[in-house]
Amino acid sequence: MAVVFSKPKALTDAPLHYCPGCTHGIIHRLVAEAIDDLGILGRTVGVAPVGCAVMAYDYFSCDMVEAAHGRAPAVATGLKRAMPDRIIFTYQGDGDLASIGMAETVHAATRNENITVIFVNNAIYGMTGGQMAPTSLPGQVTQTSPYGRDVKTVGYPIKVCELLSALDAPYYIERVAVNNVKHVMAAKKAIKRAFENQVEGRGFSLIEVVSSCPTNWGMTPQKALDWVESDMIPYYPLGVYRDKSKEAE
Amino acid sequence: MAKVLMKGNEAIAEAAIRSGCRHYFGYPITPQTEIAAYMAKRMPKIGGTFLQAESEISAINMVYGVSSAGCRVMTSSSSPGVSLKQEGISYLAGCDLPALIVNVQRGGPGLGGIQPSQSDYFQATKGGGHGDYRLIVLAPASVQEMADLTAKAFDLADKYRMPAMLLADGTIGQMMEPVELPEDMRTTVYEKPWAVTGTENKREHNIVNSLYLVPEQLEKKNIERYEKYKTVEKNEVMYEEYMTDDADVCVVAFGIAARVSKNAITAARAKGIKAGLIRPITLWPFPKDVIARTAEHVKGFVSVELSMGQMIEDIRLAEGCKKPVTLCSRVGGMIPSPEEVLKAIEDMEGGAF
Amino acid sequence: MARITFDEDVCKGCGLCVNACPRKLIVLAKEKINKKGHSPAEITDESKCIGCACCAMMCPDCVITVEKQEVENG
Repeated sequence: MAVVFSKPKALTDAPLHYCPGCTHGIIHRLVAEAIDDLGILGRTVGVAPVGCAVMAYDYFSCDMVEAAHGRAPAVATGLKRAMPDRIIFTYQGDGDLASIGMAETVHAATRNENITVIFVNNAIYGMTGGQMAPTSLPGQVTQTSPYGRDVKTVGYPIKVCELLSALDAPYYIERVAVNNVKHVMAAKKAIKRAFENQVEGRGFSLIEVVSSCPTNWGMTPQKALDWVESDMIPYYPLGVYRDKSKEAE
Repeated sequence: MAKVLMKGNEAIAEAAIRSGCRHYFGYPITPQTEIAAYMAKRMPKIGGTFLQAESEISAINMVYGVSSAGCRVMTSSSSPGVSLKQEGISYLAGCDLPALIVNVQRGGPGLGGIQPSQSDYFQATKGGGHGDYRLIVLAPASVQEMADLTAKAFDLADKYRMPAMLLADGTIGQMMEPVELPEDMRTTVYEKPWAVTGTENKREHNIVNSLYLVPEQLEKKNIERYEKYKTVEKNEVMYEEYMTDDADVCVVAFGIAARVSKNAITAARAKGIKAGLIRPITLWPFPKDVIARTAEHVKGFVSVELSMGQMIEDIRLAEGCKKPVTLCSRVGGMIPSPEEVLKAIEDMEGGAF
Repeated sequence: MARITFDEDVCKGCGLCVNACPRKLIVLAKEKINKKGHSPAEITDESKCIGCACCAMMCPDCVITVEKQEVENG
């Protein structure tokens, strides 16, 4: 018998604190698998966000830094400039990356900073108990949009991939999802590619992962994944938004 | 060693480079932009990093990243920009990370003005950001000290694993004076086994973090940090005493205010008034002991400040309210004249306060 | 032939593996509770498992290890 699937080495043995069915665990694993596959564990440094994934520093077995809310791309910039031969990634949620840290995100992208950004979009603030996120859908009911997100007063969700792909600089931008096996396999490929780009010195790669929050959406884990398919993906279409390797051809 | 004529801000930048700092992040703001401009010219030539960040917040977080990697790093700004950096400074303190933050102060609050000030004394010495922490705060009073204290700040930050601040003001920043700069201003090279340089699959992963969800652990961490601060207070106090031995009136002033005060003391002595000066060089740790000792033989103290009375509180605490302490201050970019300081000395001497 | 192993006490009983299995071989244990207080996932008939690892791919907690008989050359 040969092992065809087991926990990657880039994850520690610490049990994840996430709620049952939270897709952070899947995305953590995909990041860890990419690190394992590329053989870069010993020279990778990760940056954890503020939000549900704040304790990601306990879960990845590479060196880790915990950043202030939204500042991960700036911290990653510092790490990369100090250690150009190290592989630096950030792991950020929607509030962290697209609200409080929008300036850091946009500017790291426009510098084509040679880092890998994993952006988890589940359209809600999970850690603080389910408030409206910059990516909450129009009409979405949250603790701070109890009557549904009213686009007339709070505006529309931010589509990060579309926004960043308006910039000239960033090397690779792709949106994936983890709501079924097929999407997970595509997400794995995208995340690995984002790390490969950095190893090759190509520049800024961002992978947006459309994911779920069963607890704060008030759904069972499977229902939440169904909602990703029926409501999230139509608003956040999956696909490659920027691929400079193609443009060079 | 040959002396060169330099602007205060440039002396900071050159001294930083000679102290082994190869990473600078900043955002333009008057009156300290010369530091960024100097770094922009020099860093690319010596394989270092100069990066104009998108904001002060980003700049301090880039500093946080480099410091996590175990390298010497700095940022500089002026008052409103330093307010923005407070979040990152608190995180540096909470992660026990060394770094140098330069504040070439201007008048405030708010957008204030662009002329010299010392009104960020509270912010620098009492915290500034959230949580229980201290910064080592050094106050240069000459262009030479801009350089020397920059080197000192890097050294102390590494030695104690804590951020240090150079609290200058617009006058010293813009002033030109001859300076002596040794080729290598590093004193000790500190090992940083805690740095996140990649495990190389040879050790457990390092984590740079300030989150402690278990209150007992967070309390312990804070208490340990304050034990360290006690050591700093014991070992690292720096000050200059000027004619205090026989003084009846003791002026306390730092930075540009101390220079003005020296002129006033000369004038007072010419009039037969025995005046002296204590010039704190470290604002934290504050030179409490020398002030307490001096309180034994003077009639009183005059705190000369470019603020509405901030350091005066520390003087009162240090001398234990035994003697009167008066304030001689100008703010908003104004600097007290030697005559104004002399008047304050005379008032103290004559008991008219 | 394949073998799947559940790290039972790490399982949170979310059931994503149950839906992911193309052969519907996984259930949440009805009369068992793990250390965390969840009903852990278990396989009903391992002989029918094809070792596709779909369950493991959807598991957020790395509960599942999948092994498969190596195909002989020729």
